[in-house]
Parts: sequence; C-alpha cells; structure tokens
Amino acid sequence: MSLYEVFVRPRRGLSHTHVGSLHAEDAASALRYARDLYTRREEGVSIWVVPAAALTASSPDERDAFFDPAADKVYRHPTFYEVPDGAPGI
Amino acid sequence: MTALAIADDALIAAQRLLAWVSRAPTMEEDVALANIALDQLGVARALLSSLGDEDELAFHREAHEFRNCLLVELPDDPGGSVWGDFGVLTAKLLFLAAYQKMLYDRLADSEPGALGAVAAKARKESAYHLDHATQWTLRLGDGTAESHGRMQDAVDALWPYTHELTGLIERADWLAIVEPVLAKATLARPADGWQPTGGRVGRHTEHLSYLLAEMQSTHRAHPGATW
Repeated sequence: MSLYEVFVRPRRGLSHTHVGSLHAEDAASALRYARDLYTRREEGVSIWVVPAAALTASSPDERDAFFDPAADKVYRHPTFYEVPDGAPGI
Repeated sequence: MTALAIADDALIAAQRLLAWVSRAPTMEEDVALANIALDQLGVARALLSSLGDEDELAFHREAHEFRNCLLVELPDDPGGSVWGDFGVLTAKLLFLAAYQKMLYDRLADSEPGALGAVAAKARKESAYHLDHATQWTLRLGDGTAESHGRMQDAVDALWPYTHELTGLIERADWLAIVEPVLAKATLARPADGWQPTGGRVGRHTEHLSYLLAEMQSTHRAHPGATW
C-alpha cells in the first residue's frame, strides 16, 4: 500500500485542488478510492491521484528564506498603474 | 421476474455488504463497500416504496415471502468464519453486479414508470460495482498463491448459485461478461453442474432466516420508532 495525494476539480473551468490523501495498492485503485472518499457528495467532475513520493515540497524550515523576502516588495503588485477608464476585465 | 424480486436482491445484498463496514482490509475499501451497499439499499427502497410500505415489506415479511436469488443471501464465508472471507465477497459482487448491470440496462430501455426510472439510475451504479469487483478479482486471482487459492475457492463455491441469475437476461450474455474476467484473473471457470434455485418462489437457504432475524429485530422490537 502506498500513499497517494488526491486532487479534485469541482467543475469545468476551475483548477484541480488538493483535497486529501489515501492509501491504495496502485494508481488505478487509488483513483477509484478517491472517487468513493472525496466525490461522494458531488464534489467533482475530475480526479487526479499522484503518488505522495513523487511530490517535492518546500520545508517549513525554509519558510523564511522562501517566502519572507516577498513581503516588502510592494512593487511586484500591479498597483502602480493608472487603469484607463473603460478598460474591461481589470 | 418481478419488481419485488429485484428489490429483494438489492435489499439482501445491501444487508450482507453492510456487515463488512469496519471489517474491510483497509479504511478506503471500507468506504467503498459501504457506498456500494448504500447504492443497493437505495434501489431496494425506491422499488419497495413503489410496491407498498417499504418498512412493512422490509421488516414484516417472513423468509418464505422474500423473492431474492439465493446468491445474495449466502454468507460471505461458506466456511462460517465470523469475519467473512474477502474472496467470497469479491466473487459474489462480481457475479451480482454483472447480472444487475445487464438487468438494469434492459429495464431502463424497456420499462416505463418507477421500475424503468430506478433502473436508469441504478445502471450507472452497477457499472461501478462491476468495475470494483473486477479490479479485486484480477488483483486477488492473479496475485499470490494464497489469494489465488481463496479466490478460486470462492468462485467454485458460488458458481452453482449463478444459474439463478437469469430471467430477463440470458446466461450466455452474463457469461460473456464474467468469463473474460475470470480468464484474465487466471481463475478457472468452474464446470456447470448442480443448479440450485428456489429464491424466486420463496424457497431459501437457512442463511436468509438468520440474516432477516438480525435485520428485522430492531424494527420489530420498537414498532413505529423514529430517530
């Protein structure tokens, strides 16, 4: 039995979102178990299962180095532009 | 083949499956079996309600008044182990789901009214039950020597009871689904021999009485009770 991470797309047009994990014999059974465990109340229209071992994750120890430097760089936010009147979709 | 027989197949199958809740090999399989059991219960409730009072029909009939096939009432372990045998469960589900899938397909296309409507919904559920049972049959049959042996024992023990799974569907059509699965799972297709029947006219094995005693006891002890 290996660990799989489960991603479900709630409906067309949205991205797959991580919903949890499960144990399964292989990828095919993981997909079926995911259907039973995570979509039994109409939560989704598509499922991905990924072996947990295949994921490379950032470590909590690296959090400061990874994420803090972004905190004071306001110029990365698109807030320094004048949005022209009548520009749609912004 | 009456709606009552179809409803009773589903009801008794649900009761047997629900006995596996908390006893399946893994938590994931536990939920999967509970889902299948609830699908069966849903069909049973819809059909029994269309025939009369569902509680009356489920809880106040005696064994000889039930019209389910013998296959669904058999314990999951013919040897009598308290915990059941997963191979027997898998073989029963494979045989039943193949039959129910074809039956519901037929009814959905031909029956107007409640029966056709229930079948139209249940055919998708049965397709999934068949898939689930097929996956496990392949995994166990083509697995270790231990799992292959127990799966073959289960198929051999249950095979005679599959002769009763006819009526609206032809056995040849049922075999066309089941035989390739057995072959792929490296399981031997048993020879046809003894062909027990009787469930459809109310002649059941002794196992049904014990099952009903458990299923009906609470309702009979507390008539009219609600949550």
